[in-house]
Amino acid sequence: MSLVNATRSELAKQFTTSMWWILAIVLVAYVGSTAAGLAAAFGANATGALPGSGSGIPALPEAAIPPLLYSLTTAVGYVFPLLIGVLIVTGEFRHMTLTPTFLATPRRGIALGGKVVAGVGMGVVYALIALVTVVGASAGILTAFGSATLLDEADTWAMLGRIVLSFVLWTLVGIGIGTLVRNQVAAIVGVIAFTQFVEPIVRLVGGIVDGVSAITRFLPGAASDALVGASIYTSLASTGDAGLDWWAGGLMLLGYAGVLLVLGFVFSWRRDVT
Amino acid sequence: MPEGHVLEFTEVTKTFGPVTAVDGFSARVEPGVVTGFLGPNGAGKTTSLRILLGLVGTSSGTATIGGKRYRDLRHPLQTVGAALEASSFHPGRTAANHLAVYARASGLPRARVDEALGLVGLGDVAGRKVGGFSLGMRQRLGLAYTLLGDPGVLVLDEPANGLDPEGIKWMRGFLRELARQGRTVLVSSHLLAEIQQSADALLVIARGRLVFQGALDELTTQDEHATLVDAPDRAALTTALTDAGVPYEVLRSGLSVPGAEPAAVGAIAATAGIALSALQRRGPALEEVFLALVNGERVHPSAGDAPDPQPDPQPDPQPDPHTDAVEEGDVR
Repeated sequence: MSLVNATRSELAKQFTTSMWWILAIVLVAYVGSTAAGLAAAFGANATGALPGSGSGIPALPEAAIPPLLYSLTTAVGYVFPLLIGVLIVTGEFRHMTLTPTFLATPRRGIALGGKVVAGVGMGVVYALIALVTVVGASAGILTAFGSATLLDEADTWAMLGRIVLSFVLWTLVGIGIGTLVRNQVAAIVGVIAFTQFVEPIVRLVGGIVDGVSAITRFLPGAASDALVGASIYTSLASTGDAGLDWWAGGLMLLGYAGVLLVLGFVFSWRRDVT
Repeated sequence: MPEGHVLEFTEVTKTFGPVTAVDGFSARVEPGVVTGFLGPNGAGKTTSLRILLGLVGTSSGTATIGGKRYRDLRHPLQTVGAALEASSFHPGRTAANHLAVYARASGLPRARVDEALGLVGLGDVAGRKVGGFSLGMRQRLGLAYTLLGDPGVLVLDEPANGLDPEGIKWMRGFLRELARQGRTVLVSSHLLAEIQQSADALLVIARGRLVFQGALDELTTQDEHATLVDAPDRAALTTALTDAGVPYEVLRSGLSVPGAEPAAVGAIAATAGIALSALQRRGPALEEVFLALVNGERVHPSAGDAPDPQPDPQPDPQPDPHTDAVEEGDVR
């Protein structure tokens, strides 16, 4: 019972400040503009609207283009559920609201459990917002160029489902990081630096140099891309090394979330609140 | 009416690394009265309260509410309302939403939010963001949080901080009313003057140990008193007292004659033919007793296993047949 109450309380926390809709607007603008731009480029390239063959855009089979575009939701947007997860926890440290939170829910495990369940809900909400934006923009532009949207195929919808799952797992990874790091600014800077600079560069190296991808495919971003089954990053890789299977990628990401949550609970969440 | 519970600290010890914040602290807080929890800054008040509320673990010992640890309470906010600091708010959340978050966590109906805000006089600003609140309003919001679950126990850490005189007066009356209803009310402060007017019972903590537990008037004994005397011709008065062999202290407001009765002092002045402008019996200043307890200069028998329990170090006063007849004096 009290896990239900704790979850309702956490969801109320999320929707009673402006953070959730500010992040939603930035998310829509970010993934929407990326998807629209790439869809226009691929569409124009496929229909020969761009002059010559030296446009620099890789020649992809037409059937690969829609999944690539739809998967931009996670490939470029996964930092958002990660940030939301981080904020769900670090907001409590930053505003010193752990005291009233733990007074209302004295069992620390239930208090964190409420955040995890609420995080699943927030992950689904942001995944749906991002998917409507990305799929809407991409499919609209593809249709305008006369390309197939593949939205009539079950495989496409299965992939969209895995994108939702990926958002949920990223939110949980964020909650784990937030619990462990505690300091909001440090956690946000760390998360952005890792996801936007460190991992893309390492994976780019892994995509070019043989053998490195055997390790880099276990990175969280790579695991997420494997789970979704398509990504602009894996499409750009030249070595052709296979990533993980989708289920293995999902388990990998779940593993990151689980390990971080357990470490956070043991070493940070149970500490004295002074 | 919610029932009050006995709060009990049993041999609570808490060390933070090399620092012992609370050291074998044992105390009992009864329902139906306002209990002041007094001690200088850093004496271990806040740590003790946080231990009671399960926010800080003990190194040894237990703290219970009606015999249960806080974390074992089935309905914590419906049992204990606690306000520990005035800054536990997200500035972007409205006052009503702030409370609604915790009402949900406790399974309380939304109607309790408006009731609690009304009780502390914040009904009009329920929809305003807390970031724009004054310190006094935040204190009231903290109090509204404690009242959400209509609990039988209230634990407030320095609730008067940031309140204006009117707010302090209101808080005093409010706490007394809650205690009158049979609730347990524990209020901490580092200022004796603040507690004195609202508390019936007192716990004094110093260096993590209990140094006094009891009713406010047990803090001092009746025979520690002085007579305050003054005359327009103060020089003549001092001469007369010196000639009579009576020791005195010169204060701004007159001369203080320790241990003497006004009748005796008045007689000395009359004999010397001095007209008096003041003659008044004065009880001991609680503040001095409090400071002596805190410094360890004075040991009260109620102190929990005091390291070296000694009788009152004050010199034995003369037995005084008039004590009962005389007014208590200005115990400020």
